[in-house]
Amino acid sequence: MLSVRDLCVQFPNRRPGGLPWVRPGVLRAVERVSFELEAGASLGIIGESGSGKTTLARAIMCSVPVSTGQVLWVGENLLELGPRERRLKRRGIQMVYQDPLSSLNPRMTVGRIVDEPLRTLFPEMERAERTRRISSILERVGLSPDMLNRYPHQFSGGQCQRIGIARALVTKPRLLICDEPVSSLDVSVRATILDLLRGLREEMGLSMLFIAHDLGVVQEVCDRTMVMRAGRVVEMQETGSLIRSPREDYTRSLLAAVPYPDPKVERRRIARRRAASRSDAGAGPPPTDRAARSP
Amino acid sequence: MTLLEVEGLRVRFTTPEGSVDAVRGVSFAVEERGTLAIVGRSGSGKTQSAYAVMGLLPANGHASGSVRYRGEEILNLPDEGMNRFRSKEIALVFQNPMTSLNPYMRISAQLSEVLIHHQGMGRRAAIAEAVRMLDAVRIPDAANRVHMFPHEFSGGMRQRVVIAMALLCRPRLLIADEPTTALDAVVQSRIVDLLMDLLDEFGMALILITHDFGLVAGTCRDAIVMENGKVVESNTVDGMFECPAHPCTRSLLDAVPRLRHGNGEAEGSSSAGDAC
Repeated sequence: MLSVRDLCVQFPNRRPGGLPWVRPGVLRAVERVSFELEAGASLGIIGESGSGKTTLARAIMCSVPVSTGQVLWVGENLLELGPRERRLKRRGIQMVYQDPLSSLNPRMTVGRIVDEPLRTLFPEMERAERTRRISSILERVGLSPDMLNRYPHQFSGGQCQRIGIARALVTKPRLLICDEPVSSLDVSVRATILDLLRGLREEMGLSMLFIAHDLGVVQEVCDRTMVMRAGRVVEMQETGSLIRSPREDYTRSLLAAVPYPDPKVERRRIARRRAASRSDAGAGPPPTDRAARSP
Repeated sequence: MTLLEVEGLRVRFTTPEGSVDAVRGVSFAVEERGTLAIVGRSGSGKTQSAYAVMGLLPANGHASGSVRYRGEEILNLPDEGMNRFRSKEIALVFQNPMTSLNPYMRISAQLSEVLIHHQGMGRRAAIAEAVRMLDAVRIPDAANRVHMFPHEFSGGMRQRVVIAMALLCRPRLLIADEPTTALDAVVQSRIVDLLMDLLDEFGMALILITHDFGLVAGTCRDAIVMENGKVVESNTVDGMFECPAHPCTRSLLDAVPRLRHGNGEAEGSSSAGDAC
């Protein structure tokens, strides 16, 4: 359904304090990324901050200029279409953003926020139909219809993210791009939002691109996972086998960064990691084992 | 020796709609060089307890109870009195590295300000010390970077700057309020390593405020769990992981993401594989 081929995104990169007539360098944010996504499938994208995950998502949404490559959506290259036509075709793709509060306009009521994509993307739709859709989607994401006239600041982080999800799904898209939808939520709220996304995906037959920096989150929702580093794809495979048997060292280091919920094991891991980074640096005092030291 | 002793701490906010009790009788203690985690969901009163200890509650907040630092009562001291302790004895690393730095000030100005105010240093000496501290938190090329603005730093680097700022006056106790919540897993692991290194280097005690037991597992010896402004469980971290007594503790522990068929067991038994 979605097929991305050799996608490159480059930004001019002016060194801080650089002279204005010096030609800026090039920052290769996304470098020759290709993948396919079938209808109903979900693909996780993980990597450190700055690895190009979000830029890739925005390139698919056509909201950053793409240097080369193709984004084929149901067979058509979105990048070659004119703005009006692209907007029409792109209706089937929606996005949920990272920061739940700042991605909602503070001066709009929840009703208007969720109504906006309908009004701009489906201007021909009747008012009654819009109202019906809005209340049904709000109910589905777990918000009561009497919240329609409230403003975003009156909601908790988890509720704001539910509003963001409602806004993305009210147009009944076929592909949902989630850009770290749970990273800023506390662990217990995180679990409920992931549950919601999983349920919605099955119910609506959504395809999903799910960006995260945390493998623990990705394994909850994604069949396949792609690891990115410095704009490139490091590896891509089925999520379970990626966690069980990563092919690349980089993936292994991402796995090692996820805390292991057992104090004894985790203390040993941290001690070892610190010792390793110290021997990398060459200098420094000899490693001390915290686990051994604390009584 | 007990460094910080909090007893029956209460925090009440008076709002136009009536008063809200954010913290309702919290007690805990931290030993010299000890490590204590305060774990709880958002809204459980963890942060407000820390703010009360530091005397940073907003004007409509009122704290009562007792907070003793090395035997001396410091709760509700006037600002002049409290400034003897802030930064020099107890320092706070704020939650959000994006908003706890002033976007209009260069890093050099923000860091040297602390030293000029609290230790009466000259500007030049203060900046030199700031560079040394940025080095200590492993910011590469600190001598040049110190003159940059916060927006020129990545999230992880900003958090390092905030930690450096807290350490400038060599406090005995560091209170870190969700120091890694906004950061990705790899950066989080680096900040954790850094904190552990610094505790050793500076001989500090740590209070770590978090909602994530995964973070607590490797960093703290003792923990308290808070819910609705009360401490519902208090134990060593090992004990809590082994047999969590309160349902709230259990649900927080269950919420920690576990990698299925993950690296953990393998790493626990063999030392190979995670050297990276």
